[in-house]
Amino acid sequence: MLGYILKRLLHAVPVALAVSVICFSLVQLAPGDPLAVVLPADASQETVDAVKAQYGLDRPLVVQYFIWLGNVVTGDFGKSIATGRPVLSEISNAIGYSLSLAFLASLMALIVGLSLGMLAGYTIGSPVDKVASAFAISGVSIPHYWLGIVLVVIFSVQLNALPAMGAGTNPDAGILERLRFMILPAVTLAAMPAGIVTRSVRALVAETLARDFVTALRAKGLTEVQIFGHVVKNSAPTALAVIGVQMGYLMAGSILVETVFSWPGTGLLLNSAILTRDIPLLQGTILVLALFFVAMNLIVDILQPLFDPRIKRI
Amino acid sequence: MPIGYDLKSGALAALGHTARKLSSWQVLRPAKHLACATALGLLMAHGAMAEGTLRVALTASDIPLPNGQTDQGAEGMRFMGYTVFEALINYDLSSADKPVTLVPGLASEWSVNPDDKTKWTFKLREGVTFHDGSPFNADAVIFNFDKIKDESAPQYDEKQSGQGRGRIPTVTGYTKIDDMTVEITTSAPDALIPYQIAWIVMSSPAAWEAAGSWDAFLNAPAGTGPFKVSEYVPRERAVLTRNDAYWDPERVPELDELVLLPVPDASARVAALRSGQVDWIEAPPADAMASLEAAGFEIVSNVYPHVWPWHFSMLEGSPWTDERVRKAANLAIDREGMKSLLGGMMLPAQGMVPPTSDWFGEPEFTVGYDVEAAKALMAEAGISKENPISVKAIISPSGGGQMQPILMNEYIQQNLAEIGINVEFDVRDWNALISNWRAGAKDPTTNGAMSTNSSYFSQDPFTSLMRHIDSRLVAPKGTNWGYYESAEADALIDQIRSEFDTTIQLEAIQSLHEHYVDNALFLFVAHDVQPRAISAKVKGFIPAQNWFQDLTPVSIEE
Repeated sequence: MLGYILKRLLHAVPVALAVSVICFSLVQLAPGDPLAVVLPADASQETVDAVKAQYGLDRPLVVQYFIWLGNVVTGDFGKSIATGRPVLSEISNAIGYSLSLAFLASLMALIVGLSLGMLAGYTIGSPVDKVASAFAISGVSIPHYWLGIVLVVIFSVQLNALPAMGAGTNPDAGILERLRFMILPAVTLAAMPAGIVTRSVRALVAETLARDFVTALRAKGLTEVQIFGHVVKNSAPTALAVIGVQMGYLMAGSILVETVFSWPGTGLLLNSAILTRDIPLLQGTILVLALFFVAMNLIVDILQPLFDPRIKRI
Repeated sequence: MPIGYDLKSGALAALGHTARKLSSWQVLRPAKHLACATALGLLMAHGAMAEGTLRVALTASDIPLPNGQTDQGAEGMRFMGYTVFEALINYDLSSADKPVTLVPGLASEWSVNPDDKTKWTFKLREGVTFHDGSPFNADAVIFNFDKIKDESAPQYDEKQSGQGRGRIPTVTGYTKIDDMTVEITTSAPDALIPYQIAWIVMSSPAAWEAAGSWDAFLNAPAGTGPFKVSEYVPRERAVLTRNDAYWDPERVPELDELVLLPVPDASARVAALRSGQVDWIEAPPADAMASLEAAGFEIVSNVYPHVWPWHFSMLEGSPWTDERVRKAANLAIDREGMKSLLGGMMLPAQGMVPPTSDWFGEPEFTVGYDVEAAKALMAEAGISKENPISVKAIISPSGGGQMQPILMNEYIQQNLAEIGINVEFDVRDWNALISNWRAGAKDPTTNGAMSTNSSYFSQDPFTSLMRHIDSRLVAPKGTNWGYYESAEADALIDQIRSEFDTTIQLEAIQSLHEHYVDNALFLFVAHDVQPRAISAKVKGFIPAQNWFQDLTPVSIEE
């Protein structure tokens, strides 16, 4: 097992390195000058040049990349051009918000997806299956920023029941008060992965139930509860992989949802970094999110053999 | 009588007060509250807010830095720069009816030396203390000028310097005469110094020393303004509280607290207002105005120093070098139609400043909508719809002060096609547009374009009029993007700068503005009216004709 984990870890290194090259060079391709945001529009060229030199933006791109990589490896992501704060502290403040939202959304997606998927898988072709499938397709198809706006209109504007945006202004708020702010963005975020998990689990359960060993188990006289245990065990590795990937998407793909809800997480941070052309912040946030994605895949890779030892041999 | 902007009729009207209540507040039915409370239980309970708390949703994605010379553009100065901090000279923002003027701030008086007009004496206001209790005096003024001008000073701050240094380009020196007097020296006689000085706000030297750095200062900021910072959480919120010890008893805030929240997404701001999470939103989107009005919110707006033009290239090969074409284009734009398109949220431009401005003067050419006159001018230039010319225009999809650039530019494109000008757009990111604007029309990044569409801030004569057409301010020295050259304009600019008699100076400013209009130097399109939507609970707000606003008379009716 240790060898397997090490091998997976080593595989992650070149991926991470490639990610660093891509996220460094991609942001350089966009037009515009990051300093335009920092400086007043009527700042003189002299001031622009001086500030450019201070941020090292006057040096060749390759040099900038290696300086950046060297700093990143030692935990120094540089300073945000727009705010002057260390990028790492900006990201670490935001990542807590995004993680808590992603966690709650994953939990919702998992509970809903597993329940509906199992239900549909056991009742293929029935009205229950059709309703569950319709829900899954809606979850996958409805753009989540639109869903977010609709939820806000219903629950915040019409019913005045839940906050429309933000994470609250009371630093001493209890967990219930904090949860109020999380419900709408979490439900919005959960819709798509819930749909995907439902569809995956439905297919897996139906496929497993149709396999010979289930017939054999039934013939052997096992109860349905015992058979259910086998179905779960056979479906789990794939379901886990789906959820792991979705968790990564929830972290990285929440730009629109966090923007709609002004949720102060990495998505909103990324959005404002894009709008202000804040290159160090943009590079740092993309890198951290990409590494999070790599890490989630790694964790799934490590967990999967626990359910299915055959995977270790791959 | 001053002219305000009437939202509902969409017409200019003489108004004593331009803020209007548009309709009644739609009270949410108690039954709905009951139903949702039952259904959603404890999680749905509302948090209590302190009395007299105004919660504002900003368009910025981050809280403006509470360091003094703050960031986030005009919005940053509006809500942080001039609430917590102050300059030696303040703006009089107390009226909605007249253009804003300069008034004594932390300096009680100032004068230029009659024998050497490069020297200005500022008498400082007695008895003012910073929020940390330390006294405001000449040492504090020198400290603050050093923080943005003197790179060797320990308190020199790159960020504040970036924001402030360019605001005082002619200030070359500053010395303490005595504890309450400061002398400011300029490179040449500059009658516009008071406008420049109004930009530079004062942070507490003692608070900076106690903090040890500007980053640490942000945790315990101190200015002299009517509000003080009691909580600052980057990217989340700032809570400002009333400064009971403020030096001007007339401007001690009515509010207990002012909460600033960054909500960059326009629809999120609208939802936050409608759900009662905030009481005030900046820049509601045009398509939400009607529903906000219907729900009982006030849309408050007023004309302010802003212009949305096409800045023409006067380089060889640009069709805009022909005055007839420039005038024809100015006559071809249906600005009233455009206003309807924007839900009434603009003032048709007739020059660089609105006709209500003291600076407007009496130009001979009237900018308006007259397609026949435009066609006649084009015919003189040998151009018609059948024999059109093509122009390339740099525009941006969004940006600060850009209003709704795509919509407006497409409207212009349609109007200009009518008189034989086919427009091709070169759409660029806002920052890319600014970079090119700074680099000038000769820069390769202009890519053959013959105009750029940057909205202009016009707080003072220099930013409003002088910098765009001064032939000595072409790139890289300044922002005369189009390389316009005119001995007459340059002479007027010199006169404005060196004339200390304000009456004669005003005449020169008016003449310069007349020069703009009579030569149709820009395509004058619109002035923004800076809409904001506020809850009916918000009382006492007077929308000044300015980028900045006074929040001290505002209160919340519980």
